[in-house]
Amino acid sequence: MPLRTEELLLNMGPQHPSTHGVLRLVVTLDGENITDVRPDIGYLHSSVEKMMEHRTYVQNVALTDRGMDYLIALNNEAAYCLAVEALAGVEVPERGRYLRVIFQELNRIASHLVWLGTWGIDLGATTLFLWCFRERERELDLFEQVTGGRLHHVYFRIGGVYADVPDGWAGACRDFLEYFLPHIDEYHQLLTQNPIFEARTRGVGVIGRREAVAMGASGPVARASGIAYDVRKAVPYEVYDRLGFDVPVQASGDCFARYLVRLEEMRQSVRIIRQALKDLPAGEFRARVPVAMKPPRGEVYVRTESPRGTLGMYVVSDGGESPYRVKIRAPSFSNLYALTEIMRGWKIADIIAILGSIDIVLSDVDR
Amino acid sequence: MSTGMPPAGTGVPAEPQPRRTQLGPLAQVVEVLDSLPGGGLILTTVESALNWGRASSLWPLTFGLACCAIEMMAAFASRFDLDRIGVIPRATPRQADLMIVAGRCSIKMAPIVRRLWEQMPEPRYVISMGSCATCGGPFFYDNYSILKGVDQVVPVDVYVPGCPPRPEALIEGILKLQERIKKEPFLRRQALAALDGRAGAR
Ligand code: SF4
Repeated sequence: MPLRTEELLLNMGPQHPSTHGVLRLVVTLDGENITDVRPDIGYLHSSVEKMMEHRTYVQNVALTDRGMDYLIALNNEAAYCLAVEALAGVEVPERGRYLRVIFQELNRIASHLVWLGTWGIDLGATTLFLWCFRERERELDLFEQVTGGRLHHVYFRIGGVYADVPDGWAGACRDFLEYFLPHIDEYHQLLTQNPIFEARTRGVGVIGRREAVAMGASGPVARASGIAYDVRKAVPYEVYDRLGFDVPVQASGDCFARYLVRLEEMRQSVRIIRQALKDLPAGEFRARVPVAMKPPRGEVYVRTESPRGTLGMYVVSDGGESPYRVKIRAPSFSNLYALTEIMRGWKIADIIAILGSIDIVLSDVDR
Repeated sequence: MSTGMPPAGTGVPAEPQPRRTQLGPLAQVVEVLDSLPGGGLILTTVESALNWGRASSLWPLTFGLACCAIEMMAAFASRFDLDRIGVIPRATPRQADLMIVAGRCSIKMAPIVRRLWEQMPEPRYVISMGSCATCGGPFFYDNYSILKGVDQVVPVDVYVPGCPPRPEALIEGILKLQERIKKEPFLRRQALAALDGRAGAR
């Protein structure tokens, strides 16, 4: 008599140590094989887009820190400020732009460190978490000296940045980069040839080039699938067109490729910060913008490259003191969709590796 | 087990359904000790030893909701190292006795927070970390989806203010909770609860 088997419905989350926040995955299993994955999102919906309609343009900067992807507060602020500046026709002084680039790249490193550390825990490499957070703490000290905050900075303003960096900060930043670079090699030593790590990530969760495009993946997820697209190169904003950096691309599209892309991105960020520190011009760092600014009627869509992918900001103005509508194109949202689509067919243990490799932040998915 | 969210503004929700704790013998011991001269001394000495143990091994549930969870992770990591005060994260509510609600709690998430709290064994404690968990914080006004304070669904012992609170602030919150635990009349409360057939110390 044949054994009667049936499909198993498994709920992962919303409280699960490796869903990186409050994500619920409804997984249909056939034995150990995944037949279907349905993400249930919205457990962290913060109605931030609606809230922005009730606050003035200047106040909204504080909301972009918290309501959107909280690991990359400064990149969110940059996207929002760029959008409003384009709407109101504000010109940012050179020094302000360079400072913004420096801080965005520092934040990219901090975000990737959190990703690497938490993914390490998911895959059983707890040491990695401790190492990554050790470096990150030193970086947060740099942030603290300038912005006063560790996670939420509210440092960028429409028209520039809030304050200049203190004396000696540039030196401290160079010291940090000096200290940080060898640690990237350390992560490579720890993981890249680690057989357990390779077994869990190499060839797992492959997302092909065509699928990546079709499902709107962006950022490191797309670049690991062979798409050499980076908004910083394609549509340069701030001063990225004057700084030399490479866009790391991998062809294989698996978790391992995504890991390699992110590690290389950290190295490129270091390169960008070094150049920006060298070229940092003197002078004004913020344009004069009235507190109760009223951009003319119109709409604008601005794209930036956040550590997770293409972060779009669509702002509509009706000529009033607050935006008429703000729509955030969140990179985690489309990346999550892309990878839950390709999870079918893998084993249940791979869910953790795949999910971790997308680097989603639920606050970015739900907003 | 009721998991539905109570209507907003009702304050701390009712205790879960009465359940018989298996502390009958304890109640008897407490009774005997109380009748002896100097018995109270023995009781309090034993109690403070137990409380010392409980306070020095608080196991929180790893349960991050939003940005504050990143600072909570930082508190567990290298520089702040919560392990040294006996705080070791557990991944399941069944092994945890402390819930650190780190971050904003949406209305969709509220019943789940409540259920997790109900799954934790007694005695259990809750730390509300950050302004969002405490009162809604930056998401208080013009917002339709965030709960205005997690104390609408679970009883909170310590509130840690900040947005996000620094890891030092969280550590202070935990130390405050430890101080409180050390002073608790834990045994007597459990014994009384067992006598009454009520749920024990919460
Ligand atoms: S209190 Fe601040 S840091 Fe904490 S969850 Fe709320 S917005 Fe985020």
